[in-house]
Amino acid sequence: MPPLAQRNLFRDKVRLTVTLTGIVFAVVLITVQIGMFIGFASTTSGLIDHSGVDIWIGAKHVPYIDQASPFSERKLYQVLATPGVEDAQKYILGWGDWQRPDGGHEGTQVVGFNPDSKYGAPWNVVVGRVEDLKQPDAVMIDQFYAPRLGVTQVGQTFEIYGRRAHVVGFTKGIRTFTTMPYVFTTFKNAQGYVRLKADQTIYILVKAKPGVNVQKLQHDLEQRVRGVDVYTTPEFRDKTRFYWMFSTGAGIAVLLAALLGLVVGVVVVAQTIYATTMDHLREYGTLKAMGASNGYIYRVIIKQAVISALLGYLAGMAVSVFVVHASKTGGASIILPWPMGVGMLGLTLLMCVVAAIVSINKVTRIDPAMVFKG
Amino acid sequence: MDTAIAVREVTKTYESGEAAVPALRGVDLEVSSGEVVLLMGPSGSGKTTLLSIMGCILRPTSGDVRIGGREVTRLSEKELPRVRLDHIGFIFQGFNLFPTLTAGENIELALDLKGVRGKVAQRRAGQLLEQVDLSAKYNTFPSDLSGGQKQRVAIARALAGEPDIILADEPTGALDSHAGRAVIEMLYNLAHQEGRAVAIVTHDNRTLEFGDRIAHIEDGRIQEKNAVPGADTFPSAVTDQRNAAVPGTVFPVPAWSQSFAQG
Repeated sequence: MPPLAQRNLFRDKVRLTVTLTGIVFAVVLITVQIGMFIGFASTTSGLIDHSGVDIWIGAKHVPYIDQASPFSERKLYQVLATPGVEDAQKYILGWGDWQRPDGGHEGTQVVGFNPDSKYGAPWNVVVGRVEDLKQPDAVMIDQFYAPRLGVTQVGQTFEIYGRRAHVVGFTKGIRTFTTMPYVFTTFKNAQGYVRLKADQTIYILVKAKPGVNVQKLQHDLEQRVRGVDVYTTPEFRDKTRFYWMFSTGAGIAVLLAALLGLVVGVVVVAQTIYATTMDHLREYGTLKAMGASNGYIYRVIIKQAVISALLGYLAGMAVSVFVVHASKTGGASIILPWPMGVGMLGLTLLMCVVAAIVSINKVTRIDPAMVFKG
Repeated sequence: MDTAIAVREVTKTYESGEAAVPALRGVDLEVSSGEVVLLMGPSGSGKTTLLSIMGCILRPTSGDVRIGGREVTRLSEKELPRVRLDHIGFIFQGFNLFPTLTAGENIELALDLKGVRGKVAQRRAGQLLEQVDLSAKYNTFPSDLSGGQKQRVAIARALAGEPDIILADEPTGALDSHAGRAVIEMLYNLAHQEGRAVAIVTHDNRTLEFGDRIAHIEDGRIQEKNAVPGADTFPSAVTDQRNAAVPGTVFPVPAWSQSFAQG
């Protein structure tokens, strides 16, 4: 086919600019908002996702990971005695009051785990080692939150609820949804930092033996260990994500913004493609008179929409990647996985083709006699 | 001569709100291969409506249209474009060239509709432009062509589909006398040298000498069909010239077009 679609599209550069601006706006808005949604969702369940275990056991009716009640650590032995359990570790996630050198206070989320096991440990450790946490009063924080906590280097000592906290390392990229920094330490230290009784824990993390059916093990644990809730890791992750994303409305707001971007994109693209079609209506009438089928004309219009979509997508994704990159140094957590990039390409194409349907309807209703009007 | 297109008792009524506006009131007309029929009449008489119905881009309210002996009135909307593509070439007063395509690409587009693409299409488009003496204008955009050149490109484009019927709506209306004559000579030769059926809506008396018959339409009816432009109406010189190719006009039938038609 001669380049009718391309030429018509590129002929009016102002209109093309408006079209592309609309698409870029929509692509950036949708990508960044969905990226934020994914980022938020993964942030809320970061500890669960990186725990390395198959099952989480918490107090009855725990709504999400950050809000759990303590229970007796003696249940650990019941868990360990359950067939199919390879390992089980006590785990704490609780609130701790961090005192800065200037006398100010910062709320933190203290994470207590057993550094002799590999479960529940911090990840992306960039300064120090997990084993360093075995030192007395040792803690590890994320680089991003260091300035907030008044930490400038490893080796400094602070207080959490009046107990010493000695910084032995830094992680990178471990954000919290609550914005209260995680402070990783040993289970024993954490009991002190969050003022937990000596025989209490918040969670028990369970690793199943290789080949064991996790759902069956979950069932067995529910039967054997009373007074607790038993979740598989995916269940607990989804429960936590659902709470933060939907029960609090945070996720809905983000998704609504993404939807808004989609609507704006469709409207802008539909309007400009429609205007372009109206400008060339006589040409489409001529094509019909020449014997072109409606399908042929639709292809011309859809080709314009697809070209616009591809150009807008490329520009929009370039801006989005820049925004995502910039967010790594800021407070927002935006994740742009490659399947989402592919999905956005599909969504952009769909958006533009749907926008072109308005024009297609118009072309279908062309009065054929118009071609004879001088 | 074979009847290329025939309309029988065709009526067309336009609905305008609650009012019905009759545009054609029982028209009979045949156009045979190798002849030029002029459709003349005052504005609003129904000429263009008749041409639209003959070209299968408008359906009559009643009556039949036959193209190459096939009744096409009741064909579906999906079938009609094929009829236009296979049988009819349109030429418009306003040329209706695609302004964003070059002269050659305009013709390539018509060939594309017939499924002829790539180098073959380019070669044929070049030959068609040569046929209308515009081979040097292949890469020229319509905005850089004169009115006469645009209409010649439009003729070349109409011929791209090898139609057996040419329907022209005021083809000389936007042209000066010299360009208009060149265009009408081409249409004349399409009928008389290539055997196509040519119907021309016109107000232009300069075209009279090239018509084999004239259908005068008024108030949606054909008032008279002159088998020969009458001596009482037209100069005798017109009658004398009408059955011969116009002297001095070079408009050969290229060998490829014959093979294209067969293929």
